[in-house]
Amino acid sequence: MASLPKPDELAGINYNPPRTGWRDTPVEFRRGTYCYGAKPKNLEAVGLPNPRDWSPEDQDWKLPENWKEIILEGLRERLGRFRSLQIFMDACVRCGACADKCHFFIGSGDPRNMPVLRAELLRSVYRRDFTTAGKIFGKLAGARDLTEEVLKEWYYYFFQCTECRRCSVFCPFGIDTAEITILARELLNLVGCNIDWIAAPVANCYRTGNHLGIQPHAFKDMIDFCTEDIEKVTGVKVEPTFNRKGAEVLFITPSGDVFADPGTYTLMGYLMLFHEIGLDYTFSTYASDGGNFGLFTSHEMMKRLNAKMYAEAGRLGVKWILGGECGHMWRVIHQYMGTMNGPADFLEEPVSPITGTRFEHARSTKMIHIAEFTADLIRHNKVKLDPGRNNHLKVTFHDPRNTSRAMGLFEEPRYVLRSVCNHFREMPENTIREQTFCCGSGAGLNTDEYLEMRLRGGFPRANAVRYVHEKYGVNTVACVCAIDRAVLPTLMDYWVPGVGVAGLHELVGNALVMQGENDRTTDLRGNPLHGREEGEDV
Amino acid sequence: MSEINLAGVAVQIDEDGFIQDTGKWNEAVAKALAETEGITGLSEDHWKIINYLRKYYLEFGIAPMIRKLCKETGYDLKTIYELFPSGPAKGACKIAGLPKPTGCV
Repeated sequence: MASLPKPDELAGINYNPPRTGWRDTPVEFRRGTYCYGAKPKNLEAVGLPNPRDWSPEDQDWKLPENWKEIILEGLRERLGRFRSLQIFMDACVRCGACADKCHFFIGSGDPRNMPVLRAELLRSVYRRDFTTAGKIFGKLAGARDLTEEVLKEWYYYFFQCTECRRCSVFCPFGIDTAEITILARELLNLVGCNIDWIAAPVANCYRTGNHLGIQPHAFKDMIDFCTEDIEKVTGVKVEPTFNRKGAEVLFITPSGDVFADPGTYTLMGYLMLFHEIGLDYTFSTYASDGGNFGLFTSHEMMKRLNAKMYAEAGRLGVKWILGGECGHMWRVIHQYMGTMNGPADFLEEPVSPITGTRFEHARSTKMIHIAEFTADLIRHNKVKLDPGRNNHLKVTFHDPRNTSRAMGLFEEPRYVLRSVCNHFREMPENTIREQTFCCGSGAGLNTDEYLEMRLRGGFPRANAVRYVHEKYGVNTVACVCAIDRAVLPTLMDYWVPGVGVAGLHELVGNALVMQGENDRTTDLRGNPLHGREEGEDV
Repeated sequence: MSEINLAGVAVQIDEDGFIQDTGKWNEAVAKALAETEGITGLSEDHWKIINYLRKYYLEFGIAPMIRKLCKETGYDLKTIYELFPSGPAKGACKIAGLPKPTGCV
């Protein structure tokens, strides 16, 4: 692991471009700023090409002999399949509106992290081989040959984009740079150049249904542990079921919520809520992760890994699917699943059994987000809440890139937050909702060997938290994404010490008044309700 | 991926020093792995944690939740960090020969 610079050093960002032009500045694979290459066993597990031992630091990447033809043929095929790609390649006028909107550019000062230039890395090759001007005039027309150096540059910079789409919000042509990254990563995968932090969860997901490789008995053991903790805090015994045929609802959440803190407290919140309203639901130990790192690999892999959701819903005979607090899972569900693995005609349009609300917008996918579900419960006064139990928390809300820009989920989590907390403050408006800054670690980049770059990419988000921390004493960032819950604690400890991280439903669980509960003396983490002790965030 | 010799056993390790074939693990390998973490001499406290991790892993095929590790061994997280400065996942699990957790963690 590379040694980490101090925050003061890292914040001294140099925005002067290098002396040499971007075409003539080789990529330096410096520790802390790139991700490890995919291990052969993980590529073999799902039949991806060119499994071999390699490292991005090696001179020889052990590419297939005809790698160049493979990439160019792959690009040709995708230009035909995705009209969007063709338009994105042709439409950019390099106006630069996106240039300073990327968190990686803001945090690194590296010009190749300007979205316009990141796209240009691919566009220059497109021009050379797919446009007449580029074929004839070459460099004069902004074209360049595809070489191994270019491929290495792609690897470095397309795994230095979290596909967050903040840049797209500002593009006058609506160019979706995330889609360019998605397709560039597909091309890299054709010659075996994925990162292991994506390849390993993909392999695990294919084998066990979740990123971590949690088998059914372990999945149950982890959730049982959470039910014991709930009983300790509330005195109420909740009894979730697994793979139960005939349940009304299938509940799918990220496996990070089941395994890792602080996501496990969010899981406790779900379990408590479902118990209290008497929801007839079941977990599946195979559709045991909503997350889908296939999205960061290729369209085909995304489809393969997503298929378990409808398959399990069909096998168990549920009516509809409820999804937990995840980011990229919702991009897949909301934008692809209904047609990609649907139509799920065997399911019903989701109707809340508690309020009778019909979620018409989910007619195609048959799946709704838990923030919508809970907001609806609160709106209809179906749960009793004591927001005073969150009085030790001064909360702000981080919109994940995917639930905000890929599905427009802005109001529901805020409505829930305002109902379960007395102290809620927004970060500055150009850093939230559709303009939200990414955590800096999404799209499969939440790995520790990449920590310096994650902290750079997360700097704008942290800076906005710091603003409300200093101005209003905010001490908690609430979020609705498992990657956020995994990475924001590290980001906060580094840039804004003293600020913790909690899932939305952890705060719901704190505030939820349950029938037959004990006098609550602690929150779900075991911290006293009045006068929060220090150093409890793990 | 590279091969190193740990206590006379040739093992494959990844970039972060996690052994790839957990079947090659034994107590001598654990001691050698501890040295790569800058821990010389494994105490009874260390072994209690390592043995619990091994036992859980062999039964469940994955590391336990950190809160479960704390509850079952009786050590709080602060103590675990004192014993294993890289933490429960990067330190203790590595020495116990478990694979690195991946995904949204």
